[in-house]
Amino acid sequence: MLKKSARIAFHLSGVCLLVSGVWSLPTKNSIAVRPKKVDYNRDVRPILAKCFTCHGHDSKAVMANLRLDQKDTATQKLASGGFAIVPFHPEKSEVVERINAKNALQMPPTYSNKVLSDEERKVLTDWIAQGAEYKSHWAFTAPVRPPVPTVSNAKWAKNPVDNFILQRLEEEGLKPAERADKRTLIRRVTLDLLGVPPKPADVEAFVKDKSPNAYEKVVDRLLGDKQYGERMAIDWLDTARYADSNGFQSDYERFQYRWRDWVIDAYNKNMPFDKFTVDQIAGDMIPNATLDQKIATGFNRNNRVNTEGGIIDEEWRIEMVIDRVETTSATWLGLTAGCCRCHDHKYDPLTQKDFYAMTSFFSNIPEQGFGVDAAVNQVPFIKAPYPDQAKRMESLISQLTDVRIHANACLQADKPKAAVWTESTAQPKPPIAVNPLVRYEFSPERINATSDRASQVEQPTMKGKYVAELGRSTGALVTGDQSYVDCGNLGDFDGTQAFSYALWINPKSPSGSPIARMDAGNGYRGWDLYMQGNRPAAHFINRYPENALKVVSKTDVPTGQWSHIAVSYDGSRKPEGIHMYINGRSVPFDVEVNSLKDTMRTKVPMQLGRRSMGDVYNGQIDDVVVFERAIKADEAVALADVSPAMPFLRIAPEKRTPDQKLQLAELWSYQNDPIYRKLEDERKKLAREKDSLDDRIPTVSVMQEMPKPRDCYVLIRGQYDKHGKQVFADTPAFLPPIPKGYAKNRLGFAKWLVDPSNPLTSRVAVNRLWERFFGTGIVATSEDFGTRAEFPSHPELLDWLATEFIRTGWNVKGMVKMLVTSSTYCQSSEVRPESVAKDPVNRLLSRGPRYRLPAEVIRDQALAVSGLLVEKIGGRSVRPYQPEGIWNETAAFGNLVNYKRDMGEGLYRKSMYTIWKRTASPPEMTLFDVPSREICRVNRSRTDTPLQALVLLNDVTYVEAARFFGQRMIKEGGSTPESRVRFAFETLLSRPPTHDELAILAAGVQRRLKHYAVDKKAVDELLAQGDSKPDPKVNRAELAAYTITASAILNLDEALNKE
Amino acid sequence: MQNVDPILQLQDSINRRTFLKRGSGLGLAALFSLMGSESFADTQFKRVGGLPSVPHFKPKVKRVIYLHQSGAPSQMDLFDPKPELDKFRGQELPDSIRMGQRLTGMTSGQKAFPVAPTIFKYQKHGESGLELSELLPHLAKVADEICLIRSMNTDAINHDPAITFLQTGSQLAGRPSMGAWLSYGLGTENRDLPAFVVLTSIGHGNTNDQPLYDRLWGSGFLPTEHQGVKFRNSGDPVLYISDPAGIDKATRRDMLTDIASMNKLRLHTMKDPEIATRISQYELAFRMQASVPELTDISKEPKEIIDLYGPNVKTPGSYAYNCLLARRLSERGVRFVQLYHRGWDQHGDLPNQIRRQCDDTDQPTAALLMDLKQRGLLDETLVIWGGEFGRTVYSQGELSMTTYGRDHHPRCFSIWLAGAGIKKGFAYGRTDDYSYNIVENPVNVHDLHATILHLLGIEHTKLTFRYQGRDFRLTDVSGELIPAIMA
Repeated sequence: MLKKSARIAFHLSGVCLLVSGVWSLPTKNSIAVRPKKVDYNRDVRPILAKCFTCHGHDSKAVMANLRLDQKDTATQKLASGGFAIVPFHPEKSEVVERINAKNALQMPPTYSNKVLSDEERKVLTDWIAQGAEYKSHWAFTAPVRPPVPTVSNAKWAKNPVDNFILQRLEEEGLKPAERADKRTLIRRVTLDLLGVPPKPADVEAFVKDKSPNAYEKVVDRLLGDKQYGERMAIDWLDTARYADSNGFQSDYERFQYRWRDWVIDAYNKNMPFDKFTVDQIAGDMIPNATLDQKIATGFNRNNRVNTEGGIIDEEWRIEMVIDRVETTSATWLGLTAGCCRCHDHKYDPLTQKDFYAMTSFFSNIPEQGFGVDAAVNQVPFIKAPYPDQAKRMESLISQLTDVRIHANACLQADKPKAAVWTESTAQPKPPIAVNPLVRYEFSPERINATSDRASQVEQPTMKGKYVAELGRSTGALVTGDQSYVDCGNLGDFDGTQAFSYALWINPKSPSGSPIARMDAGNGYRGWDLYMQGNRPAAHFINRYPENALKVVSKTDVPTGQWSHIAVSYDGSRKPEGIHMYINGRSVPFDVEVNSLKDTMRTKVPMQLGRRSMGDVYNGQIDDVVVFERAIKADEAVALADVSPAMPFLRIAPEKRTPDQKLQLAELWSYQNDPIYRKLEDERKKLAREKDSLDDRIPTVSVMQEMPKPRDCYVLIRGQYDKHGKQVFADTPAFLPPIPKGYAKNRLGFAKWLVDPSNPLTSRVAVNRLWERFFGTGIVATSEDFGTRAEFPSHPELLDWLATEFIRTGWNVKGMVKMLVTSSTYCQSSEVRPESVAKDPVNRLLSRGPRYRLPAEVIRDQALAVSGLLVEKIGGRSVRPYQPEGIWNETAAFGNLVNYKRDMGEGLYRKSMYTIWKRTASPPEMTLFDVPSREICRVNRSRTDTPLQALVLLNDVTYVEAARFFGQRMIKEGGSTPESRVRFAFETLLSRPPTHDELAILAAGVQRRLKHYAVDKKAVDELLAQGDSKPDPKVNRAELAAYTITASAILNLDEALNKE
Repeated sequence: MQNVDPILQLQDSINRRTFLKRGSGLGLAALFSLMGSESFADTQFKRVGGLPSVPHFKPKVKRVIYLHQSGAPSQMDLFDPKPELDKFRGQELPDSIRMGQRLTGMTSGQKAFPVAPTIFKYQKHGESGLELSELLPHLAKVADEICLIRSMNTDAINHDPAITFLQTGSQLAGRPSMGAWLSYGLGTENRDLPAFVVLTSIGHGNTNDQPLYDRLWGSGFLPTEHQGVKFRNSGDPVLYISDPAGIDKATRRDMLTDIASMNKLRLHTMKDPEIATRISQYELAFRMQASVPELTDISKEPKEIIDLYGPNVKTPGSYAYNCLLARRLSERGVRFVQLYHRGWDQHGDLPNQIRRQCDDTDQPTAALLMDLKQRGLLDETLVIWGGEFGRTVYSQGELSMTTYGRDHHPRCFSIWLAGAGIKKGFAYGRTDDYSYNIVENPVNVHDLHATILHLLGIEHTKLTFRYQGRDFRLTDVSGELIPAIMA
């Protein structure tokens, strides 16, 4: 099972010979024909690289004092008196002797596991005979724009890309393929640019459009479509190791989607690639940086963050910094810097010192290696409103100011009348609580316990000193290490019994249980309110965690500030039965444990300020109410509706501060002046909206520069605490320096990346675009442009594109348009015998690209053709269908447990918005080769496995899509099986079926109609798949039959490929 | 469409379809008939995939079952007896032993480091006289089968990097796991099942134990097809293996036949060999749908086997069930079964936790060895048992005659191996009197990897993959064979 596709193909090759003459199947990277004249970069270096481990520039590893990577050292006299290389004289060159030796002198030595083939030995010998000319590595010198070659078939060439491709084809005696037919072409380019297939109307319009620029018009339309930005962003998310969780142990959720949406927007706006680069690396350091520029720097904050207890801060801070260097190098420079963490690079002229000098660019941000273990963004982060949110916020602030001015006028007018009350002392009155089990108020002298069932209520016992301070409602109880309240045998709820509690808290530190009846020594049996950091959590426990229910608010409660908390529970043992209110507002929560099955009754008393032992709550508590029923939302609102001025009545008038007096005056006016009351209600309404908008405004972790840079050192063997020499921020010595006018800081580094003198960035960028549209890069090793990179299939074309990219101002859409409008791209992908003989894996582009679609596009296509796709750009990640238990099987920590899928729209968004938990990624995505997003990956493998077939056949996503697609066939595809199959073909594959295809599928429909006509149970079961409901007007048995046929069509090889 | 043998139906339909004869001649027909014969061939134990150069020499081991004990079991409570240590109970761990070694943030704030000798008794077992703790009465019965290494050590002190190191040869994310390397190098013996299967369970020790991560069985930079296939404890044993409700086997077969016919037409037009691959992968998927349920159905196991593994074996997702499943996978030719059992991270209340943990694991582990042996499979299977690091001799938290806790300890721990190519009833390596430092024959993680690969016929320095210009391997740049433990 799971065998490599090339291998199967190999088994079949004998048979294919019969079809096509010759059909050899070499590996992905090989090019059919070896060039004749020896070229150092193309032919020699890849062979000589085998020697560089011991005879290269890793100074610590050099053996026999011989370096073969540069001419002067390779040709100088050896200690033995001989010469390794004598140009033009292979017979005098010891290298030649040693590579041909069969004894102890043999090089490379047997223990190295490296061998040279006969052909490789011949290349080395020929090269020395031709003068042993060294050239610097092609990718390390700036590209020089080559002339566009002339070709005999000039008419074929639509743009210079074609001249380069055709020149090489002509050299090899190959003819390009026919132009793909219009239907194939529009499907290919639409999938490539939008990630969904074209609509049939667009296909028909294109087919009918006979104008010479018909295709160009299609491309222009696609480049203007907002879905273009989404499709382009997918690949960038892999490079940027974008995800919705921290990775590592508890793998809490994080929120970087605002950065993801910035990327989509940047592509749609056609942001020039140099700006795209500088903003992401150092947008924060640009003078007067805009919000967008700051958001862009989220790129280098997408790295994993370790929050495991007991880790060493500096060790993991260094890991994050190193991850940034590796990611940035791989993404922009195509360099594999990671090797230099421990030693000089074996193959590339990158030293360990260079590497650590680069870490200095990324080290100066005010972060810790030990992240906050909660579902929050790590510092530094910023508030990053979307434009519509920013606009609404501005308007709310201005309305609030207006209201305040008017209200102040009222207060002034009311002042004389109010004074009578505000200058007297009175007993504060808390809001009415209906039928509580118990209520505690804290007067300066004692705790007042009241109840509607007074007989049940024991007088509470203060443990430690009773201190009651000025409170938020009546008076504040102070609890801490030595002081808590034993409430006696109250609140012994079973878990099947409804109950609620409400109280004011003002925590000094964000931990501990303000109210609990919980036996901490016995599996935490019982219930409590628990401050998990700044998030209030409610526990309902038999034994933790296997028999317990735990919810954690998604809203913060600040320390050093009063908040009203109310928790209502209906006795269902289900999270759905819990409601949590903060300051009267119902708040959303995460369900962290959901396994409560048995009683939570326990013998320990109910207490204020701690559990049976430990988990001390340090802070103030006011007005505690416990109910033996689930309180309603309006009760929670009422209990929290206490003017903050109320407690001031307890203070003697002469001791009140001016602010307290003012607040009392406001309270008086509110109760007595109807105009003020109206204004104040309006103000509250606006303030609530402002608060709720504020809650919805996303934050994003960004780069920020510390005023004083951190010291950076070479780390010996890469260990965080083994400092070698101090290093200072700089770019690698073998590349051009930072351009004049820029400091040696992150901004200077960003400018350096996109400076025209940088030989790598533009080559790496255009190569990746090439790979995107043709399947393999001009440099096949798109992740490595170092000396071990595969030599480019078309070196001149690569350099031409790289210089053209810079010349056009790094115009991404311009480059994309050139690639997809080239005749090269528009070729038919049909495999012809003559093409496969000389160009087996299509590196010469003697035919059009044909390969499997990425994971995201396969799913999005199914949703699109079925009509289920919700086309909405950006926003918080969504939770589509996922097999049960994926998150829980391997972890019980963090808030990303108990996966609960969305209802409605979240099920049908594009796949790029699916929530990504790094340690348990969406299985249907990883099965289709999406990388884990733990580290930077610039390209994906492309496999074909039976597990993929199982996803497409059986995953509810695809079954539901097939059902909807089947329903469309029935409703929109005419009345016969044939017309309906034709409709499906045109919708999904942009072409009508052939006679044979129609015959197979129509016959299938007939068989299935018969089957489902008699098996009503099967019909009901099949149509129940997925959340959406079938159209009641459609015959159910018929729908079941078409669901199967639609599924078959969605599973066709052609549907899964761009062709 | 009921009660029709789906395979027969496919063959029938192949014969019926006339389009083949109308194809462009002999080529396509021959192609198809070859594919047909390949689809139905008995492929059991015929290697598929892998590198032509691998194995590099004759292997001693065909398959591996790795029983990973996640969270890190305490070596001195199970395998590494230190009878002299009782004298030092409660005394401070001498600096000469601790040597300023790094501590985790969980005990670095601790004011004292009192020595906590195990409260469990050790006894010699079998002809070999291997000393094991009383917590392992069942393993004791097969003591003469195992080779105990008491001198394992690792580089990492926290769970995530340590378990990542053990499974991938690097503490950092991104490298292929051991099973992925084996799938890549050796391919599979049974095309109807994955080459690399992962099973997970959690015991009653620390029920809130460390999580596992996809990366532990990931393929890193190797092609994704080599990633481990995790069998699940509830629902479908393999994701998406079941047909949706409302689609019976005959309907599925009929639909797959249509897909195959259509894809063959497309192959005829486009002549892209990848289409042929897709056709065969869909057929393979269909066969997996039959082979996986058969594999996970233990109802036909005889009573003596059920009794051997103990009462929990009937609970899917339990360690015992997974041990039995490991045997069933292994006997069907699955190359690498990676089992993870959580619950060993016992920082506090260790004696009680480890008792519960051993109640879950001891009998099934021993049963697996006996079961493999009685089937003659132990001669070709390598079984490995162990965690990602050890635990400290000093107590974390409260120390009394009945309770103590232990923190993470990377400098020494114990694992055992059994089966093909391994010495039987043999102990290797020695730690100091405190089970703190290794004093004889240290074995690090790379050495273990090198030795496992060697037993599978792989020279560990030669199984490499070029990525980002570098030839990566499981053992990174280290790894020495441990000839002393090999038979």
